[in-house]
Amino acid sequence: MSASETASDESLRAWLLSDRPRSRRQAFMGRVYGAWRTFARNRLAMAGLAIVVALVVIAIFADRLAPYSPYIGDLRTTRLLPPSAAHWFGTDDQGRDILSRVVFGTRITLLVVVLVAVLAAPIGLLVGTVAGYSGGLVDGALMRVTDIFLAFPRLILALAFVAALGPGIENAVIAIAITSWPPYARIARAETLTIRQADYIAAVQLIGASSWRIVLRHIMPLCVSSVIVRVTLDMAGIILTAAGLGFLGLGAQPPMPEWGAMIANGRLYVLDQWWVAAAPGAAIFVVSLAFNLLGDGLRDALDPKGTK
Amino acid sequence: MPTGGRHGVRLLRAGDLVGRFLLAILLTYLGLLAVTFFIGRVIPIDPVLAIVGDRAPEHVIARVREELGLNKPLWEQFGIYVMKVLQGDFGRSVLTSNPVMQDIRRAFPATLELATLGTIIGAGLGVPLGVWAAVRRGRLPDQVVRVMGLIGYSAPIFWLGLMALVVFYARLGWVAGPGRIDIVYEYTLTPVTGLLLLDTAMAGEWQAFGNVLSHLILPASLLGYFSLAYISRMTRSFMLNELGQEYVVAARAKGLSETRIIWRHALRNAMVPLVTVIALSYAGLLEGSVLTETVFAWPGLGLYITNSLQNADMNAVLGGTIIVGSIFIGLNLLSDLLYRILDPRTRAR
Repeated sequence: MSASETASDESLRAWLLSDRPRSRRQAFMGRVYGAWRTFARNRLAMAGLAIVVALVVIAIFADRLAPYSPYIGDLRTTRLLPPSAAHWFGTDDQGRDILSRVVFGTRITLLVVVLVAVLAAPIGLLVGTVAGYSGGLVDGALMRVTDIFLAFPRLILALAFVAALGPGIENAVIAIAITSWPPYARIARAETLTIRQADYIAAVQLIGASSWRIVLRHIMPLCVSSVIVRVTLDMAGIILTAAGLGFLGLGAQPPMPEWGAMIANGRLYVLDQWWVAAAPGAAIFVVSLAFNLLGDGLRDALDPKGTK
Repeated sequence: MPTGGRHGVRLLRAGDLVGRFLLAILLTYLGLLAVTFFIGRVIPIDPVLAIVGDRAPEHVIARVREELGLNKPLWEQFGIYVMKVLQGDFGRSVLTSNPVMQDIRRAFPATLELATLGTIIGAGLGVPLGVWAAVRRGRLPDQVVRVMGLIGYSAPIFWLGLMALVVFYARLGWVAGPGRIDIVYEYTLTPVTGLLLLDTAMAGEWQAFGNVLSHLILPASLLGYFSLAYISRMTRSFMLNELGQEYVVAARAKGLSETRIIWRHALRNAMVPLVTVIALSYAGLLEGSVLTETVFAWPGLGLYITNSLQNADMNAVLGGTIIVGSIFIGLNLLSDLLYRILDPRTRAR
């Protein structure tokens, strides 16, 4: 049994690493496998991945994992208690268990990161590929707009947008997305410029494919991996910006257990009850560190110039 | 080719370059103003209602609307807006009832002092650390610098500031707390430059100078640490690039000492892109000070913007945004220009 299993393992490996993939799917799987092998060798990147996976798991099962309610505390008995066996991270000024609030905070952090990525990455991809493929006036105009956005201080611009839209988590997400797409457009354009010259694009053009079809079906998929790497590297920045907005009272509003807003609340007691601000800050730190490690690893694994 | 002609061509190129830069500045700046104008227009609060209240009769609303120029077409309003901003007129702050420009002029030196000291710390330590990491690549120093960088990239600056306050101010008592200067000194000092370190030093008030430094050192080190993270990482990669070049091999073959090769030859070439990096990190610190100033109650531009934000004082917010944005654009272009001046390869062509 074990012999046949290793044999099937071997053949699967051969199938994945085949020089002549028979189908698009096989080629794709092969590439993913190659990247994964490079990635898995990087121990720090694997640690980052583990933390991110843990974050997702915690977010999904937050209501089972949290020992107490994140919203309701006992003002008479559990107000501002230091860390103990009953409350690992202590309690805040409302008597709420900080560990439970940090656990529920993972949901907000993940939501923000995913929403910003989903909003900003496609905009950047579209602008970059269209600019790169069209060239000329369209390219000039789109890149000028991108440069203008790149020349702005991101946090300040996000602040101004939130000021206009009003505080709240949705508006924070929109503001961060508006300020974070330009680098993706730059990357996608650079990739498109090299792809545009390829023979297969000329072939598709000869067959008579429309420009939109070429951009959407033949160019964009090839730009996705480098944009994904950049988005992963940016995730830490997105988390920090969102937390900063929360800290300034412009992101998630109380009583939501958002980490930045929790630090802002803990700030009032920080000189005597340091733990109120310490735990959510440490959570932000660990999560953005994980995304940084993961992004570095992904970049090394997917970089075509890197190890193969 | 006669030298005169070549000279002429070069001058022409230089003129062309300056022209392109000016155009870029102009377009980017117009873009900035368009964005702030747009933000000012989409606020849900109607500026007319904000002034007269919602019970004002119809004709009063119409008159105020006309006085504010809100009945003109949008592009004309934008033109007026641009002209006003160019004259330094951002309107009045609702919160302080001063012209916004006056408020900003008062707050700006505080931010400038903080960001400048931060950059000095960041570049002063970050460059040597980056060189050290590159020379000892893959060994302990490299790992140490890498970890320092990772922490700088991942930690929220406002949280690190709070924790630093708890440790160094509340527990150890090594530094002074929030604010720029103790209240004892605040009224004896006549502001000249607004940079308190300079002001106290010029007045010969060394006790006050020490007090200012004691307030400044914690937030400045914190900002310095964050720019150190960025600068050391970039220095490392630039140095690795230079150390792999053939001229380094040639210098070694010539028998030059390793110290001389690293610091005199390789670093000098790496300095060219590094200047850009340092300029950009300086711009980044001006922005990073928004959060730091809130934590340290530092009466600078960042605190001004956030305070105004919390009070829906849009003139002040947008004025501050424009100022920070202008400095950002200026530093961006300056670093680009410096790069061209410092790198002889871009000069020749």
